[in-house]
Amino acid sequence: MINGIPINYYILLSAILFIIGAVGVMARRNAIIIFMCIELMLNAVNLLLVAFSTLHNDANGQVFVFFVMAVAAAEVAVGLAILSMVYRNIKSIDIDLLSKLKN
Amino acid sequence: MIKLVGLIPLFPLIGFLINGFFGKKLSKSISGAIACISVLASFIVSVLVFMELHHAADKSQVVEIFSWINSDSLKIPFSFLVDPLSTWFLLIITGIGFLIHIYSMGYMHEDEGFSRFFTYLNLFVFFMLLLVLGNNYLVMFVGWEGVGLCSYLLIGFWFKNNSYNKAANKAFVMNRIGDLGFLLGIFLIFTTFGSITFNEVFGKVSAASTGTVTAIALLLFIGAMGKSAQIPLYTWLPDAMAGPTPVSALIHAATMVTAGIYMVVRSNIFYSMSATASEFVAIIGAITALFAATIGLLQTDIKKVLAYSTVSQLGLMFLALGVGAYSSAVFHVTTHAFFKALLFLGAGSVIHAMGGEQDIRKMGGLKKALPVTFMTMFLGTIAISGLPPFSGFFSKDEILAHVYEHSPALWFVGVLTSMLTAFYMFRMMFLTFWGSFRGTHEQKHHLHESPKSITIPLIVLAVLSVGGGVLGLPEFWGFNNYIGEHLDSVIIRKNPSIMPHDTEWMLMGLTVISAVAVIYFAYQMFMKNGVLPVENEKQLKSWQKLVYNKYYVDEFYDAIIRKPVDGISKAFHKFFDIQVIDGIVNGVGSTVNWISGLVRKVQTGHIGFYIMAMVLGVIVILFTTLMK
Repeated sequence: MINGIPINYYILLSAILFIIGAVGVMARRNAIIIFMCIELMLNAVNLLLVAFSTLHNDANGQVFVFFVMAVAAAEVAVGLAILSMVYRNIKSIDIDLLSKLKN
Repeated sequence: MIKLVGLIPLFPLIGFLINGFFGKKLSKSISGAIACISVLASFIVSVLVFMELHHAADKSQVVEIFSWINSDSLKIPFSFLVDPLSTWFLLIITGIGFLIHIYSMGYMHEDEGFSRFFTYLNLFVFFMLLLVLGNNYLVMFVGWEGVGLCSYLLIGFWFKNNSYNKAANKAFVMNRIGDLGFLLGIFLIFTTFGSITFNEVFGKVSAASTGTVTAIALLLFIGAMGKSAQIPLYTWLPDAMAGPTPVSALIHAATMVTAGIYMVVRSNIFYSMSATASEFVAIIGAITALFAATIGLLQTDIKKVLAYSTVSQLGLMFLALGVGAYSSAVFHVTTHAFFKALLFLGAGSVIHAMGGEQDIRKMGGLKKALPVTFMTMFLGTIAISGLPPFSGFFSKDEILAHVYEHSPALWFVGVLTSMLTAFYMFRMMFLTFWGSFRGTHEQKHHLHESPKSITIPLIVLAVLSVGGGVLGLPEFWGFNNYIGEHLDSVIIRKNPSIMPHDTEWMLMGLTVISAVAVIYFAYQMFMKNGVLPVENEKQLKSWQKLVYNKYYVDEFYDAIIRKPVDGISKAFHKFFDIQVIDGIVNGVGSTVNWISGLVRKVQTGHIGFYIMAMVLGVIVILFTTLMK
C-alpha cells in the first residue's frame, strides 16, 4: 500500500503504459511518434521503479530513475539530431523509407 | 687427410653455389674454370685420402660430419665411410669427372646455357660423391636421388626441344620406379636390423632369416635396375642421349649408371647370403647384356649405339655380381668408365665436327679430318671389344672366367654378348671413319679437328683405356690382381678360383678368337662390301625390323602400362573427379547459397519488422523463463 493505493494498481498502470508504448513503436511509421512511444516505455519502467522503491523504503530505485531520465534525455538529443539529418536527406521521417543502406 | 674427407664433396658444392648464383654474371672462362678447379681439388684430396688409406692399418674409417636424425631408436649421423671401395669410386668419379669438365669447356663453348651446364655438372659430382661416401643407406639414398635429379636436369638441358623434355621425364619416372624398390629395401633393413649404418647392419646379417635377406637383396636390386638401366627399366638410358654429349659420357656411361653396381657391391653380404637373389641378378644381367647388344647391332645414331653398348656392359657387370665376382665387377666398372667415357667424348668430338649430325650413315672417311679423335676412339673400340692387352680384355675376361665357374650357359651368353659388342663397335668405327664421306658438301667443308680442351681428355682417357688392365692382371698369369687385393676387406665372402689353368687359357683364347672373327666379319661387311645399314626401312627383313625398332619395348610399355593407366585416369577424371569431388565441393557452395537466400528474406530493412521481432523474442524469452 502506498498512500492508500495498492501496489497492484501501480503495476497495472505501468504495464498498460509499457504496452501502449511497445505497440506504438511497432505500429507507427512516423519517427517522432516512435520516439515518444519509446519515452513512454521508459517512463512506464520509471514509474514501476519509483513505486517499488517507496514500497520497500529503499532509495536505490529512485536513484536508478534519475539515471534513466538523464540517459533518456541524452538519447533524445542524439535521436532528434539523427532524425533532423534524415529529414534533410529524404524529406520525410517515415521510417519505412529507410530500408536501404545506400542512397 | 682422411679426417678431411668432407672436403671432397664440399668443393663441387661450392662450385655449384658460385655458378648457380653468380654464373650469369661471370664470363664463360671464369665460370668454367671454377667448375673445373672445384672438381680438380676434389680429385687431389681423393688421391691423398686414397694414398693414406692404402698405408693405414684400419681399412674402414668413419668420419662423422654432423648428427643428422636423432629420434628415439632412429639415430642417423651424416657420416662418411672411407674404405677401399668408396675411395676407389672417389678416384673414378673425380678423375673422369675432371677430364669431362675440361672437355665440356671446349664442347659447350658456344652454348648460351654455359654456366647453367657447369652448375648442374658440379651438383651432379657433389651428389655422386655423397652416394659413394655415405656411411649409411640414407646418405647414400640422398646422393642416389640427387644424381637422378641432375640426370633429369641435364637430359632436358636443351629444354626448348620438347622431345628432350619427354626423354628427361622418362628417365625420371623410370628411376622413380627403381627408387621405390630401393626405399622399401632400406625400410626393411631398418625394421629387421634396427639400423641402417653399413657396418652395424652387415654385422647382424647372419642372424636374419634367409627369406628376409633375399627380400632385402631383391628390393635393393630393383633400385639398381632403375639406376643402372637393367631390364625391365633400361629404356630411359638410350633416350637419355638427348642430353649434351659430355653428360652422356659422365653420367650415362661412366659414373651414375654404375651407382647400382656400387650399391650391390657395398651390400654384397646380402647377396652372398642369398643364392636366390644372386641367381636373379645374374640372370637379369645376362639377359640385359645380350638383349641390349642385339639392339645395338642396327642402331644408326652414333650415341644410341654407345648407349645400348652401355646397357649391355652394365648387364655384364650385374652378371659378374650375380655369380659373386664383386671385385671383377668393380674392375669392369673402372675400365668401362675409361673406355666408354672415351668413346662418348670421341663421339661428341665427331658430332661437333659434323655440325650436330649424329647419324653414322651420313658420316664416313673422317679418319683424315679428325686424326686425334680417330686414333683415341679406335683404341677405345679395341678396348671395349676385349682384345689383349687393352683394359677391356682383362676385366671382361675376369668376369667371364668367374661366370664359367658358376654356369657355362651364362658364360655362353656372356661370350655371345662380347662378340656382338665387338661387331657393332667396329661397325660404328668403319662407318664413321673409313670409306668415303656421305654427308653434305657444307658438312665436308666444315670438318675440323676439335680444340685442345677436347682432344687432351681424349688422349688421357685413351692412355687409361689401353693401360687400365694393369689394375687387375689375371692371377693365373702369376700376377697380383691389384683390385682384388685392394677390395679384400670390403668383400665379405669370396669364392676363390679353383679352375685349372688350362681351362682359363682356353676360355681366354676362345673369347679373343671369337672377337677377332667377328671383327673380320664386320670388316668384310662394311669395308669390302660397303654395306650401309638401314638404307630403306621398308627393305628390312622382319627380324631386322624387330631389332631396328628396339623390339618395340617402348611401344609395349606404352600399350600395357601407359595406356591403361591413362584410361583409368581419364575414367576417374570423368566419373570420380567431375561428378563426386566436384559435386561435393560445388554442392557445399550451392547449399550455403540456398540457405543464405532463405535467411536473407528476414533482413528486410524495415525497422518496424525488426522491432516486432525483438519484442516477440523478448516475450518468448520471458515466457520460457517465467514458466519454469
